[in-house]
Amino acid sequence: MKKIICAAILIIGFLSNSNAQIKKKNIVAKTPTNQLAKGKILYAKHCVVCHQADGGGVMGLNPPLIKTDYVLGDQKRLINIILKGLDKEIEIDGETYANPMPGLSHLSDQEVADVLSYIRNNFGNKASLISPAQVKVIRASKTK
Amino acid sequence: MRKKTIIPLFIGCLVIVGISFSFMNKHKNDVTPFKPDADNAGLKLPVGFGANKVADNLGKARHIVITKDGSIYIKLMKVVDGKGILFLQDKDKDGKYEVQTAFCNYGGTGITIKNGYLYASSDKEVFRYKLDENEQVIDPANPEKIITGLLAGRQHQTKSILLDHEDNIYVNIGAPTNSCQENDRGLESKGKVGCPILDSAGGIWQFKANKLNQSYADGLRYATGIRNVMGLDWNTQNNTLYVMQHGRDNLNSSWPKLFNTKQSAEIPAEAMYMIKKGDNAGWPYVYYDTYQNKNILAPEYGGDGKKEGSKEFINPIVAFPAHMAPNALLFYTGNMFPERYKQGAFVAFHGSWNRAPEKQAGYFVAFVPFKDGKPAGEWEVFADGFSGLNEVMVPREALHRPCGLAQGPDGSLYVTDDVKGTVYRIGYNINK
Repeated sequence: MKKIICAAILIIGFLSNSNAQIKKKNIVAKTPTNQLAKGKILYAKHCVVCHQADGGGVMGLNPPLIKTDYVLGDQKRLINIILKGLDKEIEIDGETYANPMPGLSHLSDQEVADVLSYIRNNFGNKASLISPAQVKVIRASKTK
Repeated sequence: MRKKTIIPLFIGCLVIVGISFSFMNKHKNDVTPFKPDADNAGLKLPVGFGANKVADNLGKARHIVITKDGSIYIKLMKVVDGKGILFLQDKDKDGKYEVQTAFCNYGGTGITIKNGYLYASSDKEVFRYKLDENEQVIDPANPEKIITGLLAGRQHQTKSILLDHEDNIYVNIGAPTNSCQENDRGLESKGKVGCPILDSAGGIWQFKANKLNQSYADGLRYATGIRNVMGLDWNTQNNTLYVMQHGRDNLNSSWPKLFNTKQSAEIPAEAMYMIKKGDNAGWPYVYYDTYQNKNILAPEYGGDGKKEGSKEFINPIVAFPAHMAPNALLFYTGNMFPERYKQGAFVAFHGSWNRAPEKQAGYFVAFVPFKDGKPAGEWEVFADGFSGLNEVMVPREALHRPCGLAQGPDGSLYVTDDVKGTVYRIGYNINK
């Protein structure tokens, strides 16, 4: 009897613990730190060669990502830049930037959300996170 | 009888010598003697060389040319107060040059002097201004338009210019893409079949230096398959054009399955080409691999990083490390520097950006010894320290970036910077 009780306690303990672990994992996946960590890896893979390690861009060619309206302003425009690229000259603080950016539509909604959230909370930026749901809606819409 | 003719002859000779000496002196006196700053303007130079800053805060100072009396013309990439060419002199001979006049309403890169004219380029046109006997522009408001209607994309749009000794002007027309892909710089995007842009860009065009309003139909595509050139010069020893190509970018970000980030940072070479009429350097079909030392088929056209390119394409005469952005080339013909520098090539490397996440490279002036138009030794760093950093990780931290080169009448070397608009003068200090 004692053995059975012990086993039951152990099993309950194990189950509740594993439940807690699953729960905890779910929570972790949604925390900003996790999204930003994933975004950092994606930035290093897809963005750093042009926008540079400090987000400072390159004079005349690739725009900076530091406290600019393109990054901190209209989220729809920002998501569209990642999905469709940007093929026009833009001006930031009196400097023009002309290199074309290819679209990165091969990234998943989650990846676009992660890398944009990282950019919006790095290089001196502080702004809300971007969710995969936002990316999904804009990817589905046909408007530019 | 004999004495009578000898004496007037002697006097005549004296007068001629005297006149020519005073003319020589007139020019010599006009040139500010070279005097280095105590810290050599922050530059690291070979032993015996020094440098000073002759001007500062001029704007985006691109190419530069020095008159026979040591005055300076500089082309600005972007107009300042509506003016795109600066004329500087050092009237009080304190070593610092002051802007005397500013003119021309267009930004651009190219500027040069030949046969009594100042030539300057916007991104689509080339103009010339008649000079007086002191090589000063006579009518700055009314230049003659020599070339018009050139293609200028949003990349590689600047036009560098050079004249030969037969009244021809050479203009670089840069290709407006990285590698002629269907989707420029895109992931695994193929190259356009037959790269159609090569009929109007991606090469060097030759026009007449003294004919007005020429466009493509009046010019000759002198050489093709050259992605973008900013530095070009005429070698007077073999009477031949040399150019520095800005090599392609993004091997890793466009073709991650074929190239890792380190390979992408170190391939392809920044190539110096000796150009003969009709040459094809192979862009966008090949790039020059710095490890394999040969033209390799570009991934956009079926390459895998190993397949060799067609033999029809010329090879570089000097292969520099990747992405350093050679913005000026100058064959040294002066008498101030030691003998080994004579006829050698100086190259101003603006400095890389396409090497991230590896550290950046360039941001210096390099030198290659030359003899009879052929390299006579390995390239070396000549002037370093422009960036003000021990190493450049991100381009925007560089305080200065070398962009233009010019030789002064005394043989000193001028270097422009388009970040702060600083002009450096490098000299050899014989007394040191």
